[in-house]
Amino acid sequence: MNNEGVDESKRQFLTSALTVVGAVGTGYLAVPFLAQMQPSVKTMAAGAPVQVDISKMESGQLLRVAWRGKPVWVLNRTPAALETLKSLDSQLSDPLSNDSIQPANSKNPVRSIKPEIFVTLGLCTHLGCSPTFRPEIAPNDLGPDWKGGFFCPCHGSRFDLAGRVYSGVPAPTNLEIPPYEYLTDTLILIGDEGKGAKA
Amino acid sequence: MKTTRLTTCANWFLDRFPLTKLWNEHMAHYYAPKNFNFWYFFGSLALMVLVNQILTGILLTMNYKPDAQLAFDSVEYIMRDVNWGWLVRYMHSTGASAFFIVIYLHMFRGLIYGSYKHPRELIWIFGMLLFLALMAEAFMGYLLPWGQMSYWGAQVIISLFSAIPIVGDDLSLWIRGDYVVSDATLNRFFAFHVIAVPLALVMLVFLHIVALHEVGSNNPDGVEIKKYKDKEGIPLDGIPFHPYYTVKDLVGVGVFLIFFATIIFYLPEVGGFFLEADNFVPADPMKTPEHIAPLWYFTPFYAILRAVPDKFAGVIAMFGSIAVLFLLPWLDRSPVKSVRYRGSIFKKALALFVVSFVALGYLGTQPATPSATQFARFFSLIYFGFFLLMPIYTRWEKAKPVPSRLTKPLSAVELIPALRAALNEMTVAAPIQGHQSHTFIGSEFRRKPNPEGIRNVLVRLAKKIKASFD
Repeated sequence: MNNEGVDESKRQFLTSALTVVGAVGTGYLAVPFLAQMQPSVKTMAAGAPVQVDISKMESGQLLRVAWRGKPVWVLNRTPAALETLKSLDSQLSDPLSNDSIQPANSKNPVRSIKPEIFVTLGLCTHLGCSPTFRPEIAPNDLGPDWKGGFFCPCHGSRFDLAGRVYSGVPAPTNLEIPPYEYLTDTLILIGDEGKGAKA
Repeated sequence: MKTTRLTTCANWFLDRFPLTKLWNEHMAHYYAPKNFNFWYFFGSLALMVLVNQILTGILLTMNYKPDAQLAFDSVEYIMRDVNWGWLVRYMHSTGASAFFIVIYLHMFRGLIYGSYKHPRELIWIFGMLLFLALMAEAFMGYLLPWGQMSYWGAQVIISLFSAIPIVGDDLSLWIRGDYVVSDATLNRFFAFHVIAVPLALVMLVFLHIVALHEVGSNNPDGVEIKKYKDKEGIPLDGIPFHPYYTVKDLVGVGVFLIFFATIIFYLPEVGGFFLEADNFVPADPMKTPEHIAPLWYFTPFYAILRAVPDKFAGVIAMFGSIAVLFLLPWLDRSPVKSVRYRGSIFKKALALFVVSFVALGYLGTQPATPSATQFARFFSLIYFGFFLLMPIYTRWEKAKPVPSRLTKPLSAVELIPALRAALNEMTVAAPIQGHQSHTFIGSEFRRKPNPEGIRNVLVRLAKKIKASFD
């Protein structure tokens, strides 16, 4: 190639300018390509709230409902269970739920609007397994100190009957409580975040 | 020679494509060290398993439906109603596990013979990228049958990304394309599993082999054969890859296929290790199986994840346990490549590493009881210790002198008399009864075990093993 009489700096400038323009173009194209993998409009709209009728629930019973494809638990806690919750604070990593996710009206020691009815997302805050409901006291596999609660079979995280996480387990925070409200005394609406459900 | 129409056609082609050059460069005139042992089967076997996965994978996509409503049933349809569908699916599922067995052995070969050391660092890096791509491929493929294990395994692994501070939640949402693992997730995993990752795998295999053929193969002695060449520039200790190693690898393929076919036809699930029992239950987003564990090839890393009591630190430890492998060429400061000429510290460290890797693999399949977690922590420390302390102990150790040329391995013919002598020592001649002395059975078969001889042989064996660690 004959490079005589070529303005090298002009050639260099044009090469650099073209590279920058190309990179910007590629960057613009990357936006729709990557955003394409975000939840679609249809998926976002599917987060409609669900109603749960608790009139037929017995004391100690756990109800599982699906909301946004996730398990939500409604637990009718016995007076004895509520009593044990008070004695556990020292073994928990966030007993007052300061670092956990819940609506303001559930940020109390029993983590619910009405003390006996406990509503929570049934997914472990560690890696999203659904813990098992273990209301029995001191079963063989969970040890003599077990006062009833939720045990995650995946990685051994333990929660009490208010979804509060014990210390020394992999889960970092208490079980997440979704927004919910009482439509009547026995009808709960789960997932309505104030005015109009937002995904 | 008379030019036939066939040679005319061949010449037309060869004038336009460097087939002869490629063949010579990579097969007929690619000189590999002459002392490859059985550890050198696993590279070509990995290539064969990759081909198996691609062929059976193409057939499976013809009947599989990547839809949360249809996926589970379509897999059962393949198993029951598609002609030979069960065979193709078992070849694919067994092939996945076989891929990891072969790759782990291939990586271990690199570890013991120092194949990652200068000048082969880049081959190791490409190989590690292949390993990563293979793990992604296996993980995404495992979601496709849409069973309970598929579903919850994906849920757990995608949630790993949510542990990353600040961007974690958005990142895992982006990966799933939904707030939970759902149809959107299944569909995109199908796309990645069937086209994106296989393309990356094939390209990486190409780069891995090109890099290997540029610097040449290592060998069990860790000696560079290119140092001593004859007048034509051919390494004195090298033999052409074709026909010598193509034929040798065919033997490896034969042995491999015996095991492969046995599993496909007689125990395709391998007691839950290759196909887990819970995965024969359709995915249920409301309920996690009592005990979830990944497939066996992920369990060592999974055990490390569970061993750490903190969520983010656990994720860091798990990814770190793989990332540290990338650094191996620079962590190892020993001047010697092969374990044959290494000092005793490395050999002991390597033995400890193997034990801890297998132990972690076992613990990863077990429920997370407190004592199991303690053991997992202990073995995780050894795992990381092996790598992170390597710059120290490989500098300490006293290497043995490395020969300048390849050593000659003991052949089978030389082994037979030694084995025979050991057998004779371990048994004594049984008293011969009259009517037996006229049978055609050779005298060495009329012998009974000799406790003292067995003890002597075992003591010698133990001493030999102990000496090999010095």
